[in-house]
Amino acid sequence: MSSGTTSGGSPARHARRPWLAASCAATARLLGLYGLLLAGAGLLLALIAPMLLAGALIGRVLTRQAAAVAISATPGGKGTIFPPRAVGPNMTGRLAVSVLLLLAGLAVTALLLPYLLQAIRGLAWLTRRVAADWSGVPSPGRELPPPGMYRAPARYWRRLGWLLTDPATARDLRWITLNTLLGWIPLLLPAGMIVMGLVGFLAPVAGLPVPPPAFPGNSPPLLVLIGVSWIFAGLESAPWLLRAYGRASRVLLAPAGQGELTARVQHLAQTRAEAIDTGAAEMRRIERDLHDGAQARLVAMGMTLDAAGQLIDDNPAAARALLLEARDASVRALTELRDLVRGIHPPVLADRGLADAVRALVLDCPLRARLAADLPGRLPAPVESAAYFAVSELLANVAKHADATQTWVDIRYLDGMLRVGVTDNGCGGADPARGTGLRGIERRLAAFDGVMAVSSPPGGPTAVTMEIPCALSSLKISSC
Amino acid sequence: MRVVIAEDLFLLRDGLARMLEAHGLEVTGSVDNGADLLAAVSAARPDVAVVDVRLPPTFTDEGLRAALAARRAAPGLPVLVLSQYVEQLYARELLAEGHGGIGYLLKDRVMDSAQFVDAVRRVAAGGTAMDPEVISRLLVRSAGDGTLAALSRREREVLGVMAEGRSNAAIAQRLVITERAVAKHTASIFLKLGLQPSDDDNRRVLAVLAYLSAEQPGPAD
Repeated sequence: MSSGTTSGGSPARHARRPWLAASCAATARLLGLYGLLLAGAGLLLALIAPMLLAGALIGRVLTRQAAAVAISATPGGKGTIFPPRAVGPNMTGRLAVSVLLLLAGLAVTALLLPYLLQAIRGLAWLTRRVAADWSGVPSPGRELPPPGMYRAPARYWRRLGWLLTDPATARDLRWITLNTLLGWIPLLLPAGMIVMGLVGFLAPVAGLPVPPPAFPGNSPPLLVLIGVSWIFAGLESAPWLLRAYGRASRVLLAPAGQGELTARVQHLAQTRAEAIDTGAAEMRRIERDLHDGAQARLVAMGMTLDAAGQLIDDNPAAARALLLEARDASVRALTELRDLVRGIHPPVLADRGLADAVRALVLDCPLRARLAADLPGRLPAPVESAAYFAVSELLANVAKHADATQTWVDIRYLDGMLRVGVTDNGCGGADPARGTGLRGIERRLAAFDGVMAVSSPPGGPTAVTMEIPCALSSLKISSC
Repeated sequence: MRVVIAEDLFLLRDGLARMLEAHGLEVTGSVDNGADLLAAVSAARPDVAVVDVRLPPTFTDEGLRAALAARRAAPGLPVLVLSQYVEQLYARELLAEGHGGIGYLLKDRVMDSAQFVDAVRRVAAGGTAMDPEVISRLLVRSAGDGTLAALSRREREVLGVMAEGRSNAAIAQRLVITERAVAKHTASIFLKLGLQPSDDDNRRVLAVLAYLSAEQPGPAD
C-alpha cells in the first residue's frame, strides 16, 4: 500500500535519484525513524517506570537489611556501627514504605495503562506509515481499531477491556520492546559511520586527538582514506538498512492474527461461492420444475375448460368428460407442487423441527430404519434444512446402493454442535471422492463450517457422521 | 349430521361448507383458527369436525394439535384432518389413541365431492378415512422390509384399500371383485399376518394400521 503521492515515497523515485542524494535521504530518514524509536522508548519506559522505581527501592532496602542482619549476627557484634535493636524497626518501616511505593507504582501504571497502550498503538500506526512511505516496502495493510473503539468516548474499564482483549495489543508491545532494544542499530549505523568518517577527515585539520581503534596508523593520508571509506560505507548501507527496517516493521506490525484470518477468509470465500452456486442451481431447478410441471398443467387445464365451455350447450356429455379431465389435471398439478415443496422446504420440517422431520423420513424409508434423537430445542432453520437434506440424501443412498437391511439414524446436540450419524449394515465401499452425492453434502455442510466423516470399508458397514456447529434458537415447543 | 369446519382460507372454508350443505350435512360452525375450533366444538357439539392442519397463528401443525385437543375436550369426537401434504408421522399421532372416528386426507380429495362426503360420513360414524397416499407409503415401506412377503398381489391390493378405512362392499367395488372374494382375501390376510379377524370395519382397519406400523421404530425418546 505504498502511496505514490507522498514525497519521495515510491521505489521509482528512489531509483531515479542520484546515488549520493538517495543515500543522504536514506540516512536522514533512518534518523527520523530513530526519533520515532526514541518516542517509543519513552512510552515503554513510562509503562514500566513506576514498577522499576519501586522495585529498585525495595531491592535497596532488602540489601541493606540483609547487610544489617549479617553484621548483627557476626560474633563480634560490638564492633557494628548500628546496634541491631535500632536497625530492626527502622528497616521494617522502610520496607513497608517500599511496598506502599510499589503498590502506588502499580496503581499509577494501571491508571495510565489504557492511555499508554493507545499511545503505543498510535506510534505503531505512525511508524508503519512512515516506514512504508520512506522505505518503499509496502505497508502490511490497514489495522482495525480495537473492538468497540469505534465508539468514543467510553469508560476507563471498558477501554481497558477492549485494549487488553485485542490481540493487536500484544503485537504492539512485542514490537515496541524489540524496536527499543534492537531498532537503534540499523537506524544509527549509517549516520554513525558517516560521523566517524567526518571525524577522521576533520580531526587532522582541527588537530584533535583521534581514537586509535578506528584509525590505526594515524598518518593523515591514511586517515583521509579511512575517513572516506567510512563515509562511503555509511552512505552505501543507508538505503539497504532503510529497506531492511521497513521489512522488519512490516513483519512486526502486520495486523494481528493475519495468518488465521487469511485462512478463514479463503474458507469463507470458497464456501460462500459454493453456497451461492448451490442456491442458484436450486433456483434454476425450481424454475424448471414449475415451468415444465404445474405451469404447463395449468395452461392445459385452462384450454380444456375453455373447450368444455364451448361444448357445454351442444354436447354436454363431451363437456362433462373435458371437465373431469381438467379436474384430473389439477390433481396432478397439485401432486407435482407438493413434491416440489417437499424438495424446497418440507412442511413437516417447518412444523416440527429436525427430529420429527427425520422421523417422518425414517417412516417413509423403504428400509428398516431406527431413529434416536435428542435435541433440547429448535435449531436455526438453515442448519435444520441442511441436516434434513443430508439425512434424506444419505438414506436414499443407502436404499439405492448399500444393499442394506437396516439403518440407524442418530441425532444429538452437544456442546454447541449438532451431531448426526447415519449407519447401515450394507456392503460398504462408499467413497466421497467418487460419489457426487456425498461430495454435495460435504459442500453444503461446509457453508455452516460443518464437516462430514465417512467410514465405509469394503464389505461394510458404512457410518457417516456429520457435525455442524450451531446454537439452539428456541426451546422445544412440541412434545411428541 | 352436524359439522364444524376449521380452515383459515376463506375460499376453501366457504367452498367446503357449501359442498357439505349441498350433500345434506348441516354446518354448525366454520372458524379460522384452533382456539375458535375448541369453542365451536364445545358450543355446537357437532358430529364431526373437519380441520385444516395449518392454522394461524403459527401456520405449522396448529390444526393437528387443535384437533387432538378437541378430541380430548370432547372424548370420541370424530375428526377429519385435511392437509396439503400427508405425513405418516401425523397419521400415527392421530391414530395413536386407538379409537375410531379419525380421518386424514389430502386437500385434493375435496375435488371429488361424493368421495369426500362419504369420508366425512364414515368418520362421523366412528370409522376411519386414511388418505391413499399414506397407505401407499406405508405399504411401500412394509414391502421393503419383507413384512408383507407372505401376501399375494391381490391380497396386498385388498389390504391397501382396507387400510384406507373402506368396508368390504367398497373394496369390492373399487377392485371390481365380489364381496365374497373380498371376505375370502381378508380372512387370508388376517391369517397370514397373525391378526385377530374382526367383522367390525373400524377395528379391522386399526388392527391393520397398527400391524403395518408395528415394525416401524416407535418414537425414540
